[in-house]
Amino acid sequence: MYGRLPIAKMLAATVAGTAVISAVMVPINWNGQGASTAAPKIDHLLNVMIVLSAFVFSLVMVMLFYALWKFKAKPGDESDGEPIHGNTRLEVAWTLIPTIIVLFAGGYSWKVLDEIEEPGDRPLTVSVFSQQYAWSFAYPGKDYAWNEGELHVPVDRPIHFKMHALDVIHSFWVPEWRIKKDNVPGITTTAIVTPDKVGTYQLVCTELCGFGHASMRAKVVVEPEAKFNEWVAALEQEVPEAYKEFLGDTESDPTPVGSGGA
Amino acid sequence: MLAAIKRPGWTRGALGALAAGAFGFGLVIALRAISDLPLYETEQTGYPHVIVPLITAPLGFLAGFGCFDYWLRWAAGLPTIPDDHSQHGATSWKDYFRFNTDHKVIGIQYIVTTFFFFFVGGLMAMMIRAELAQPGTQIVDAATFNSLFSTHAVLMIFVFVIPVFAGIANYVLPLMIGAPDMAFPRLNALSFWMLPLAGLMFVGSFLAPGGAFDAGWTGYAPLSTGAPLGQSFFNIGVQFAGASSIATALNFLVTIITMRAPGMTFWRMPLLVWANLSTSLLVVAATPFIAGVQFMVLFDRVLHTNFFDFAAGGDVISYQHIFWFYSHPAVYIMMLPGFGIISEVISTHARKPIFGYRLMALALIGIVVLSYSVWAHHMFVAGMFSWLRVPMMITTLLIAVPTGIKIFSWLGTLFFGKIHTFSTAMLFALAFIVTFTIGGISGVMLGMVPIDIHVSDTYFIVAHIHFVLFGGSVFTIFAGIYHWFPKMTGRMYDEKLGRVHFWGTLVGTWGTFVPMHWVGMDGMPRRVADYATQFGEWNLLISCFAFILGAVQLVFLYNMVVSWKFGPRAEANPWRANSIEWQVSSPPPIFNFPEIPRVVGGPYEFGVPGAKHAIMPGEGAEVPENEPAVAGSSSTAGASS
Repeated sequence: MYGRLPIAKMLAATVAGTAVISAVMVPINWNGQGASTAAPKIDHLLNVMIVLSAFVFSLVMVMLFYALWKFKAKPGDESDGEPIHGNTRLEVAWTLIPTIIVLFAGGYSWKVLDEIEEPGDRPLTVSVFSQQYAWSFAYPGKDYAWNEGELHVPVDRPIHFKMHALDVIHSFWVPEWRIKKDNVPGITTTAIVTPDKVGTYQLVCTELCGFGHASMRAKVVVEPEAKFNEWVAALEQEVPEAYKEFLGDTESDPTPVGSGGA
Repeated sequence: MLAAIKRPGWTRGALGALAAGAFGFGLVIALRAISDLPLYETEQTGYPHVIVPLITAPLGFLAGFGCFDYWLRWAAGLPTIPDDHSQHGATSWKDYFRFNTDHKVIGIQYIVTTFFFFFVGGLMAMMIRAELAQPGTQIVDAATFNSLFSTHAVLMIFVFVIPVFAGIANYVLPLMIGAPDMAFPRLNALSFWMLPLAGLMFVGSFLAPGGAFDAGWTGYAPLSTGAPLGQSFFNIGVQFAGASSIATALNFLVTIITMRAPGMTFWRMPLLVWANLSTSLLVVAATPFIAGVQFMVLFDRVLHTNFFDFAAGGDVISYQHIFWFYSHPAVYIMMLPGFGIISEVISTHARKPIFGYRLMALALIGIVVLSYSVWAHHMFVAGMFSWLRVPMMITTLLIAVPTGIKIFSWLGTLFFGKIHTFSTAMLFALAFIVTFTIGGISGVMLGMVPIDIHVSDTYFIVAHIHFVLFGGSVFTIFAGIYHWFPKMTGRMYDEKLGRVHFWGTLVGTWGTFVPMHWVGMDGMPRRVADYATQFGEWNLLISCFAFILGAVQLVFLYNMVVSWKFGPRAEANPWRANSIEWQVSSPPPIFNFPEIPRVVGGPYEFGVPGAKHAIMPGEGAEVPENEPAVAGSSSTAGASS
């Protein structure tokens, strides 16, 4: 060969880089506060990815800067480098190892996806209606309790959201829940969330829906179940006529999101 | 005056546009009169009396300008005017404003036009960042803001990144494979002249009542089907940009397959040629999908068809499937030519053969194949059938493998080389490896469904696409422009200014787009004119770096313009590269080669004793002994001396 590379030292530098980047980045709570059972699972998946990414990034950086430091041409040196055309073993390695890494990442993601979309016990169905530029919600109960602009849900119970858009596509996102789903005109979409922290959050529209898109928000209140029940019982409005056609869906059993439908 | 009308050119082009526009307008009025409809109608999305001329007038301009003259005469059985080659070459700047069939002139026309739109689109980015520097509304209202980011994206994608690569390849590729021109020079010229029309239509939509199109570059139905007139400018502009793209891709395919110099087997093609072969395969098969889906939107808007009208049984989500079936491959259309450029630059400046050349070429083909099977990863939260998510996640993650092969092979090329970093092209190429790795990593994260559910449609997406399209594609474009500037202009650019541009761009890119990941994960949605005050400080920082990034592009502009006029004369091969385009003068002679060169070896044989890529006309007939003599060699040898 054309001289030896300090492979052990380069690997050590890569591992050190991975350790430093991970030590800095993993403790940071990138996604902000979590408030659903899905949040810790998604955040954990992100942390695993950060460590894997830190490894790949460190490896690339070590290789790049070692090469730049070691093989930089001296001023005036007009000669060529070594005529190396490749190395089959190395090429097979950097095809197979990344394949294994991404397949692992894919398998792990699949597992997390199935977990966060578990239908859960004692689900509560809430209908979400979106239109330019407002949110409204209907709760099963006496002729469907109706409320505009503020979503209340009980804590520690799986909520099955049935979403309907009346004009253009909107998207339902509560960052603390980590769950997002488009509301699509013409079809009903579903999302499952189990809020696990009492508090007040914001529902944000994340699909461009017109000039009012940026301000299309709603308040989300997660409260103990007894308090929630009181709140629903006190709702006085019935669902307006225009929205009633959608409610057939609300009564039916929620389609498990992971198994088709939506 | 009469002569000016008869001769193809700007006068006849303007008259053609007027006549065809008037014809389109008259047609609408006449048909409405026959159908007993009010002659003028101003329903929100309709405007047929604007939309039909918008299609006919550009065609009239192209006809008047001379794009169809040869074909029309031939089709009509008239004697065709034999090409006296007066349409080749450019002796003054005015020649670039003529219908010209010379691939080198067309290459420069492409590059200058696309950079014009790069600066227009960049200006829009500056306005977007100025508005977002603080929460609340300061500079533009929300509707204008939506128009600005929509137009910014459309200009950058359809009339900058995609066609600038076509421009660079137009200039370089025929030279690289030892061809005198592209396979279809007249089609090549037509492809170019459709492009400024598309760009002007996108920019011109600001003049439409109701403002420019504002449904994002994605133009999702039903927001787009119900949008004001400006949206139709987008629907129609995409047709011209798309037709231009498809015709160019066909041209590249035929040129690469049939016009390689004798001896240039597929495994002797430079990787830039491989990259454009792969890109063209993507363009010809994928671009018709966006053309089709924009026609469907246009028909829904004007003819009241019901493709995406949910109230009449239309399917809203099918828009996204068709759109992304083009627009995901489009991401690779915007990246693969850049991969080719980086391979040329790194190999030349590291004085080393490309590490694993064949695997590099196969990785390009692998990306082409895989890229058709990943489109639905843009739709993980869109409400499509949920079973499609996991298979699309797996294919999406797998596409990281051929991409990784490319990164590692470039790094492998650097090892045991003699790396020269004096050229700005090389600096951009090295920085590209770093930024593109980050963009690739965030891409893998986005491919994972649970993470995507959280960050989809947030600033994390904005950060990712700018890391791959700015830190990726645009870095490779700069590398390519600096690398071939001496060849194209015959002048050297100023390396000192190049360095200022490079470092400013690098710092600006990282400063602007790194924090966008953070605010996105933390809850800031994208495409918003206003945002929660908690993101104010980060956005101010992002805007400051964006202004640095914008300002430093003026250094590039100055460097290019002044160096083109006053730069020191470039020699034929300032980078001591091997490929054929460097073996002819800078700029190359009008028909590239007095005799077609003969290819006798691989393109990157740096450091291989006695190796040669091509034997140029006039060079001795001696063929290296280990090379079989190539057919036609006896007639070529020494014939021009």
